[in-house]
Amino acid sequence: QAVTVEVLDHLERLALVDFRDSEGVERLQKAIQFADQLHEVNTDGVEPMDSVLEDRCLYLRGDDVTEGNCTKELMKNAREKVEEYFVAPPGNIPLPKLEE
Amino acid sequence: AKACGGVWRRAWQRGVGGPVSGARQAFASNARGGAGSAARCGLVPWVPVVGLEVHAQISSNSKLFSGSQVHFAAPPNSLVSFFDASLPGTLPVLNRRCVEAAVMTGLALNCRVNKKSLFDRKHYFYADLPAGYQITQQRVPIAVNGSLSYSVCVDNKMSQMVTKTVKIKQIQLEQDSGKSLHDDTRSQTLVDLNRAGVGLMEVVMEPDMCCGEEAAAAVRELQLILQTLGSSQAVMAEGQLRVDANVSVHYPGEPYGVRTEVKNINSLRFLAKAIDYEIQRQIKELENGGTILNETRTFDSKLGCTIPMRDKEGKQDYRFMPEPNLPPLILYDAKSLPANMNHQQVVNIDSIRERLPDLPSVKRAKLVEQYGILPEHSFTLLNEDGLTEFFENVVNQTQMKPKKVIGWILNDLLSYLKQHSLTVKESPVSSFLLADLLSLLEKNQISSTAAKKV
Repeated sequence: QAVTVEVLDHLERLALVDFRDSEGVERLQKAIQFADQLHEVNTDGVEPMDSVLEDRCLYLRGDDVTEGNCTKELMKNAREKVEEYFVAPPGNIPLPKLEE
Repeated sequence: AKACGGVWRRAWQRGVGGPVSGARQAFASNARGGAGSAARCGLVPWVPVVGLEVHAQISSNSKLFSGSQVHFAAPPNSLVSFFDASLPGTLPVLNRRCVEAAVMTGLALNCRVNKKSLFDRKHYFYADLPAGYQITQQRVPIAVNGSLSYSVCVDNKMSQMVTKTVKIKQIQLEQDSGKSLHDDTRSQTLVDLNRAGVGLMEVVMEPDMCCGEEAAAAVRELQLILQTLGSSQAVMAEGQLRVDANVSVHYPGEPYGVRTEVKNINSLRFLAKAIDYEIQRQIKELENGGTILNETRTFDSKLGCTIPMRDKEGKQDYRFMPEPNLPPLILYDAKSLPANMNHQQVVNIDSIRERLPDLPSVKRAKLVEQYGILPEHSFTLLNEDGLTEFFENVVNQTQMKPKKVIGWILNDLLSYLKQHSLTVKESPVSSFLLADLLSLLEKNQISSTAAKKV
């Protein structure tokens, strides 16, 4: 299966990485082929495992207020702040349309 | 579809015209797809389809995965822990109270509670989501396949109420995001993370509704249920209950049309308005030969219309993945209760079920049975905060029969309160005084006109 322009477009937007030259596309193609080897294993009737922790117990915390009230410390990380609010760029700037 | 039939029949009749009785019959039989005998009549009965996603803030002291406080108005970024700010090295720790709230809600909505549910990450970029992902339950949520029954009035007459049911697809636990304040003049966004990480129950309703009125009625009933359970205070004005509507229209017999998502609706009244506007907009667009875009729109309450949201262009790829820091959430019941586990770590579905309070529908039935009032009266009593209690107090302290008392409460007292925008708690006439007054009336010591003046 060839990698289509739509898929490349989509990947570049997500990763914010430009790999449009043919070397990049070929490398991507090879990487997909390599990963496709996974399909050779028969997994019929086997439940997928997300994590080796799946048999661990999920700890439940009591509903008490134990944290917070550290505005000053958190604000030390802010490059810019306005009256204890973090400052961020306006909304989501849409990416310019990519040409072929 | 019966309640909606009237509304949409009137809507297209204005443009098309045609025999009234024929239209009603045609619409009723074609409401959910099927052969278009309406088409043969030359009429166009568009079928609107409405589904809702309701986010209810869980009523708890601390957040879903951290110990910072849940509180409405507080200085910006004062109720934020290192985890909420997504500082490296922090991990989520699940709040037991949030799990119980979700189980209660699932049981009240007749859901199957999943004894094993999983957490996932939903990725997207936005300033109020510091981690770049939201922890939610996309694959296996905590409760599925429930139902919610609600009532709508037929033709705006309270005396003819029809019971409808909407299916609940699922209920999932997820994190709330922070709040963004857009400052367009200085081209920046101010972010307050106090709300980031607060526990939410997302209730997904199947697209079983067909107009704004049904949607508003369903949400109102859900609101009453949540408030009765105490799992959420569900006050829309304070953002504790947020509703997104998915709206589409299609021609009977054809597949569902393209749907749009309408967000930013902050009251029940606007919910009904926004949905009805969007249905009309889609019908007009399609009848003019246009197409509907699968987009997200916001409701402008001042203009009374929906407009496209600039930030949500194109379909988002959320790259769902299992949350690696949280093992599966296991719930127990009486049969599967583990013998030697610390009971702080055990959530027992059966014991939660036993402790469920009377749901609104049960309370209404009891009121009707106990006091002999009409069903629609019981609806009004439960709809106004504190009115049921007031009514019962009056009945207990007066000689007048409940069936007569209800008339005074609903017609005289309530209309007065509404006229002066007062809540029941702010009523200038206490239940004791009213009881006294009505007793005097019963004994014919005063006339009813005099009583009304008071």
